[in-house]
Amino acid sequence: MMVDLRINGTVRSAELEPRKTLLDALREDFLLNGTHAGCEHGVCGACTVLLDGEPVRSCLLFAVQADGYEITTIEGLAPAPGELSVIQDAFCETHGLQCGYCTPGMILAAHALLQQTVTPTREEIVEAISANICRCTGYGQIVEAVQFAADRLRIANTPRALLSPGGSK
Amino acid sequence: MKPAPFDYVRPDSLAEACKLLAGDDDARVIAGGQTLVPMLAMRLARPARLVDILRLPELAGIRKDSDSVVVGATTRQAQAERDPVIRASVPMLARVLPWVGHPPTRNRGTIGGSIANADPSAEIPLVAVTLGAEIVLATTAGPAAMPADEFFVGPMVTSINQGECVSAIRFPVWTHQRIGVGFFEVSARKSDFAFVAAAAQVALDEEERCLDVALGLGGVGDRPLRLDVSSLVGTRLDAKSAAQAVHAASVDLDAASDLHASASYRRRVATTLCLRALEQARADAAVRPALGAR
Amino acid sequence: MSADPASFRFVSTNRRVREDRRFVAGHGLFVADVALEGMLHVAVLPSQHPAARIVSIDASAALAMPGVHYVLTGDELAAATDPLMNGLDTPRVKRHPLAVGQTRYAGEWVAAVVADSRALAEDAAEKIDVSYQPLPFVLNAEEALKPDSPPVHPEHGSNVLLDRTFVWGEVDKHFAECPRHLSFRVTWGRSSTVPIETFGVAASWDPWREMLDVWASIQMPKYPDQIARALRIPANGVRVHQDVDVGGSYGVKRGIKQTVLVAHLARRLGRPVRLIEDRLDNMAGGDAHGPDRIFDVEVAFDDDGIVKSMKMKALDNAGAYAGRAPFQLGKPIGAIVGPYRIESVQYRAQSVTTNKAVQEAVRGFGQAPTNYAIETAIDKVAAATGLPRIEVRRRNFIRSEQFPYLIPSGSTYDSGDYHTVVDKVLAHIDLDAMEKERDRLRATGLLAGIGVAACLEPSGANSAFEPLLNEKNTTTTWMDSCRIVVDGLGCVTVTIHNTSSGQGHETLVSTVVGEVLQVDPDLIRVVRPDSLACLPSNSPVGSRMAIMLGGAAFHAAQKLKAKLTRIGAHQFGLGEDKVVYASGGVADPAGNRQLGWAELVNIAHRHYHLLPEGMEPGLETTHVMQVPTGGTLPKDGRVQMYPCHSFEFHVVLMAIDPVIGKPEIRRYVIGHDCGTVITPHIVRGMTLGGIAHGLGAALLEEFVYNDEGQLITQSFMDYLLPSAHEVPAVEIVHHCTPSPFTVFGQKGSGESGYLGAPAAISGAINDCVAPLGISFNKLPIRIAAIGDAIAKAQQPNQGQAT
Ligand code: FES
Ligand code: FES
Repeated sequence: MMVDLRINGTVRSAELEPRKTLLDALREDFLLNGTHAGCEHGVCGACTVLLDGEPVRSCLLFAVQADGYEITTIEGLAPAPGELSVIQDAFCETHGLQCGYCTPGMILAAHALLQQTVTPTREEIVEAISANICRCTGYGQIVEAVQFAADRLRIANTPRALLSPGGSK
Repeated sequence: MKPAPFDYVRPDSLAEACKLLAGDDDARVIAGGQTLVPMLAMRLARPARLVDILRLPELAGIRKDSDSVVVGATTRQAQAERDPVIRASVPMLARVLPWVGHPPTRNRGTIGGSIANADPSAEIPLVAVTLGAEIVLATTAGPAAMPADEFFVGPMVTSINQGECVSAIRFPVWTHQRIGVGFFEVSARKSDFAFVAAAAQVALDEEERCLDVALGLGGVGDRPLRLDVSSLVGTRLDAKSAAQAVHAASVDLDAASDLHASASYRRRVATTLCLRALEQARADAAVRPALGAR
Repeated sequence: MSADPASFRFVSTNRRVREDRRFVAGHGLFVADVALEGMLHVAVLPSQHPAARIVSIDASAALAMPGVHYVLTGDELAAATDPLMNGLDTPRVKRHPLAVGQTRYAGEWVAAVVADSRALAEDAAEKIDVSYQPLPFVLNAEEALKPDSPPVHPEHGSNVLLDRTFVWGEVDKHFAECPRHLSFRVTWGRSSTVPIETFGVAASWDPWREMLDVWASIQMPKYPDQIARALRIPANGVRVHQDVDVGGSYGVKRGIKQTVLVAHLARRLGRPVRLIEDRLDNMAGGDAHGPDRIFDVEVAFDDDGIVKSMKMKALDNAGAYAGRAPFQLGKPIGAIVGPYRIESVQYRAQSVTTNKAVQEAVRGFGQAPTNYAIETAIDKVAAATGLPRIEVRRRNFIRSEQFPYLIPSGSTYDSGDYHTVVDKVLAHIDLDAMEKERDRLRATGLLAGIGVAACLEPSGANSAFEPLLNEKNTTTTWMDSCRIVVDGLGCVTVTIHNTSSGQGHETLVSTVVGEVLQVDPDLIRVVRPDSLACLPSNSPVGSRMAIMLGGAAFHAAQKLKAKLTRIGAHQFGLGEDKVVYASGGVADPAGNRQLGWAELVNIAHRHYHLLPEGMEPGLETTHVMQVPTGGTLPKDGRVQMYPCHSFEFHVVLMAIDPVIGKPEIRRYVIGHDCGTVITPHIVRGMTLGGIAHGLGAALLEEFVYNDEGQLITQSFMDYLLPSAHEVPAVEIVHHCTPSPFTVFGQKGSGESGYLGAPAAISGAINDCVAPLGISFNKLPIRIAAIGDAIAKAQQPNQGQAT
């Protein structure tokens, strides 16, 4: 069937079999390879995308079901080619990754959290990334990345007058 | 791991959905898809047609009646988790929702989907059985309803017929002033299905005597179970009475054994979690004001 | 040769990892991202039977389906290719990518379908009609040892792949001398590294150039050679594209069988073909399980807790085929006494075939299970002597002044200061406070305990276990290499000759080359040419890359620096030892004359007339590095295994609700000494990731077969990887004892954390339940098993638990 999807702000259309997951459609039909397949049965989170800003598994959603939502993939986060978002940059700063396979999903999960709050507790960060399995890092530097990004976003959004000398911590 | 081919239809009305389902033995409902799609991907389920009910307006929304809260089947679990009506009036549901899968699956997974999937260790069916909820069905002949404990038949088996779909769940609302809930589960990882889960809800009077109590167990048998602990009404839910009631209610509990937990583990832990859930519920109720609105 | 640590500009500084940028943007290049024109897709058909004769395969219905191009069976493939390489000398244990005549484990690939899409290939695979005649099978290693057990490979004569006993030192004498002995059994359950990316490979064959191009998610030594050999084509007709990013491996991504299968299909069909394993393919038939091992250990010690001798028998369940897996019994020989002064060892290594999936290399290559057995022994010695577990370790540790230290099995440990690391960790945690906290937890009704583990990470892999276990194999080098080119505009490009699976090799070599040349590492480009343009290399296994690739990069950069220095000195009319190289330029010591980088480059590239006589123009250097200390064949069952030995010391505070049985880590501290750290971010990540992986092996992960021989944990719903909820925040205490054998004093860290975490976690659980008189001696230790054992122990007439 013909499917029109709104992906990273652009409407894209393709003729798809109903059985094709959003994950496969993103990768094969829209050539957005940043969304990864890890298990294809909803456990690992490598395929995470945002649907109207909320993280979901793109392997558990058929592309034909995904019309009418704003779909955000990792490719939609960088502000410009070669430029990183605050969260992406924070992952680089703390080395919140190794092989990079879980990373797009992890960053989208973190992005969704930090859209809700820039003062997350460690528990909130853990909960927000708990659906994304990383086999490389043991999560330590990922949690640090999210904390670091939150700090920077908080500072960025705080009027200068309210920032105590030496930062906002 | 690709599903076998199927047709996909998205009817405009519930009546049309029922008609599509009734006319086709190989048709299945899809809503959030969080449990169905893995089955499809592994080809453990292979319907010829999926009828997508997710966007049907008749199935959406959370409504409060005089003595119940009606949760539309396609209410997403994450939405229910945040909903003020559910928090206030079906606190047990609000309490367990953070334990259902994890945030991304709750963003898509629906309340009705979890009910229809009938996993014996799932939290939402446990709440439905424990509180004595009613499962509202849409059928070609119009709406029908049945009590949750009749709805669940066995692991992943319900009394739903082809041509019907879960349209809402009617959770009874306790009107007492002082209500508390308790919930515990044991699973290998937080987001995994429970080996054992216990949920309790109690109502206390001003003197902290039990006015009403509901206790349920998940993960132990082939479906969620409500335990009869009505003997606790009138007690102060002291440890001794609770232990007696729970033991009496669970003497001939049938428990399943699998890779993750033995039957004896499940039985033993069931008793303990029941007692802990009751105590947590009691303590939760006891901190509520005895008089006046909550 | 070692640079002075105090003068490091880039080494050991907190620099970003350059690979990260592409990954955070979703712009890695993983094998599933490689789309070739006209590419076809493969799905495999697994056997349902643990052992069965293949009576017939009827693929006609599958072939009749639209979009289906081919169905390949084992017979056709076996006729066209040679069997896959075995590590041991077991020529009758033949292994092919698809089962030939018989299936030997449930999940083994029986046929492969090629179609326009993976979905169509799966549709068609369901339509292949295979008629099987079930055969008797054996799953348990001890059963498989018995002469009357069903032979997995009847032609081989028995299920025994390896049964070697080594005696190093005067074991009998030491046992006779020691007043105390104890013996026990521990079992390491079958788990693996389970990367989030499965294995995948794409291949295309160009008949006009006679060239096989391969893109694969690979971490395999001698990968192109093995493919060429199996396909019976010249090795220079195999071009492996090493710029493919690998989505995690930690040992297992070896992929020869998948590659031979796909390459054959690409040649047969004249179209590019790819196989991306799905999770079920990967878990059941991807041949990527890890050690599955029973240890019987006996130690001889005295009342002071000094362990003098050890007898260890390790029986490993290799699964249905041999591969390289049995070598995982050989590598631990290089650290068979752990960090301890055990004077003599008897080691019996047994590997048997069974009707389970095939093993592959797993992080540590057998070292983590061995460490678990050794550490359990030390805990038991402590219990037997009534001494504290940390004290027993201290008493047995090799002392810092004893290095280099020769262990009985023939390896010399490079350096270490175990006592200091332990002291630092204990100071960091405040052991008294931790014990008080444990007692407080106990007072609340919980079971609480502390686990400790001290162990080594042998690093800088050679393959000395190959000749040790297989006399026909006389390999004594496992080189790695690096090339540096400075172009005519002065830009530096470094080539490395391996794939990477998250280890940050580009960062490693740019840091090292930048350090030596004193130029900004961020300006250095690092590339991975295809295998035909590569220098001789082995893959990033055995914690070797900091040592071997870092070493090769160092030496290549030294050569380049020497060349620049010569060019500069020549311009000044001075000897090379009379000028100074600094920040890319050369100056005479008086500072009167200097030539900058650009000028030196200009001379090298354009001014032949200014070059010293006989010097080649241009700026290019290479270095092929031999593993330090390696290079000799085994003698009398002894060999120098890996050159470097990192040390780790774990302390875990654990609490267990006695009814529920769920082990909860309350605090996790690791002391870590891997010598000079080149990139702190990377080493830290490896250690944290290794601990999480070890936690999985200790508590959650196992490939379980039921009595019918079916794998019942083949999806992520049953094979449980730790999530962020399960992995505690880990505190790392650093120490640095430089290795005398490496260029900066660095040692390996790719397996750190994993090597001791299972032992420490198991020790902590056993400390929790020790007051009940029970212990657990099999990993993983499941929640319900703990709960059941505690319940049983608390009943009157309790017995020993599992
Ligand atoms: S690929 Fe979707 S959750 Fe694993
Ligand atoms: S970075 Fe490799 S799986 Fe997370």
